[in-house]
Amino acid sequence: MSVFDLTIAGAARALRAREISAVELAAAYNAAVEALNPRLNAYITPTPELALEQARAADRRLAGGGATPLTGIPIAMKDLFCTEGVRTTAASKILGNFVPPYESTVSARLKAAGAVMLGKANLDEFAMGSSNLTSAFGPVESPWKRHGAEARLAPGGSSGGSAAAVAARIALAATGTDTGGSIRQPAAFTGIAGIKPTYGRCSRFGVVAFASSLDQPGPMARNVEDNALMLSVMSGFDEKDSTSADRAVPDFTQALHRSVKGLKIGVPAEYRLEGTNPEILALWEQGIAWLRAEGAEIRDISLPHTKYGLPAYYIIAPAEASSNLARYDGVRYGLRVEGEDLIDLYERTRAEGFGAEVKRRILIGTYVLSHGYYDAYYLKAQKIRSLILRDFTDAFMEVDAILTPTAPSAAFGLDETMTDPLTMYLNDVFTVPASLAGVPAMSVPAGLSAAGLPLGLQVIGRHFDEETVFTVAAALERAAQFSALPQVRAE
Amino acid sequence: MSLDAATVRRIAKLARIRVRDEEVATLQGELNAILGYVEQLAEVNVEGVEPLSGGMRMALRSRADELTDGGMAEKILANAPDRIGNFFAVPKVVE
Repeated sequence: MSVFDLTIAGAARALRAREISAVELAAAYNAAVEALNPRLNAYITPTPELALEQARAADRRLAGGGATPLTGIPIAMKDLFCTEGVRTTAASKILGNFVPPYESTVSARLKAAGAVMLGKANLDEFAMGSSNLTSAFGPVESPWKRHGAEARLAPGGSSGGSAAAVAARIALAATGTDTGGSIRQPAAFTGIAGIKPTYGRCSRFGVVAFASSLDQPGPMARNVEDNALMLSVMSGFDEKDSTSADRAVPDFTQALHRSVKGLKIGVPAEYRLEGTNPEILALWEQGIAWLRAEGAEIRDISLPHTKYGLPAYYIIAPAEASSNLARYDGVRYGLRVEGEDLIDLYERTRAEGFGAEVKRRILIGTYVLSHGYYDAYYLKAQKIRSLILRDFTDAFMEVDAILTPTAPSAAFGLDETMTDPLTMYLNDVFTVPASLAGVPAMSVPAGLSAAGLPLGLQVIGRHFDEETVFTVAAALERAAQFSALPQVRAE
Repeated sequence: MSLDAATVRRIAKLARIRVRDEEVATLQGELNAILGYVEQLAEVNVEGVEPLSGGMRMALRSRADELTDGGMAEKILANAPDRIGNFFAVPKVVE
């Protein structure tokens, strides 16, 4: 068994038993990043020296006491989290040279726990995308291949670098952020697990903002337990984030071994979309059967406004993005393109600094918020958001958790992507409703497609009931016994 | 509702993004496809429904109105594309 076969829990045991040092672990991962990153492009900025420095500190802590389960664990940090003194780009040209003078709360919590940062992971520009193709630093290649085919596949997005790094074992775990599915869809595409916690569970302070009412940091890791270990550290009240939840953080690992016996699991009729891939539907049926066999009670439920989730999202998220991204003006930080006057400077800076997808979303957002259209689009979408929340609230009167597929298909090829931005948006059809409602949702790898690509199941829970999500996800994981590995990986 | 070329230019102006003439037609097509897609929201009856601005109904916290930090001009200016002393510098705006 090599160090790359270890989970966080396994590595933590080996580190505490001094079977391996944190420096040895970091050096092995640094070497794997150096070997595989030129191909995968999962990291925008590897930080090998910082990793060794943090690993040395971790070794002192492991020897002297006070170590946590994350002390000495090498992780990837999505390049949307501000890291003091380490370039943070949001995968955008406009932030290409930005070195934050402060640290995000989530990365600070991981640092304080002794985690070792291997580098800043690639993503869709400003986290806007489902493919990692919109990064100004080039696409990420998924480490997976279809049976007998060489076509390069997308890792999903926006947390595509984080997903590819964990799947290819050039990080033990990673941070992600999820606005409409950006943790769950790439986790499903790459055969790893990832959870979007309840909105407010993890602080957004220091996370480059996309759509503030939806953005939520969360972990991505090889299995459910590692996600619980990561989330227990990443969560917690932060007075620097006005929407941070002031409530106690449970030890999520305690939920992993609870039985699903007697839990009521909802299966929403509206997720059975016409034209959904039969493989996805079969996997969903399999998941239902697994939970039933463990004693869960399966209930058919209705989330009647599901089909309006995606169109409401594509008003709300761009509206918030157009407002949040107004700060990139070429004056205080980031790219500046000189112009004839100040307005011209703004317009040239933003034309040069933003990529096509980001511009589209800013323009849509500007339009739906503009005079005369605000009520027809933005206010209407917010009312639909109310109805979607009500769907979930009603459903959770009857059931303890909801089971759905994570994405409508397996990973697509980097060259098979659509010219039409709308088709790309449909990737998020199953993940967006939970984002709009703010409820926690997790993707667990559950099987392979006929072509040999990973497929995920999604477990959705009540607000602040990540524990039940973990309980159900762990049961699915035990039943699925997913052990397939990608073709490209550190060994 | 469908956007014409003039509206695309007007939105781009509002968003402070310079758009080249040859980009207008492409953007017009893409933006209209997105607006056409969201048009289906019209079929939902939202009479009497309160708009929801966040993931749940929460009251925003307020904190004591007091100074919590400051004195970090160097940190704030560290990424400035141009500065004069402790100020961000921009092209002249007033003649």
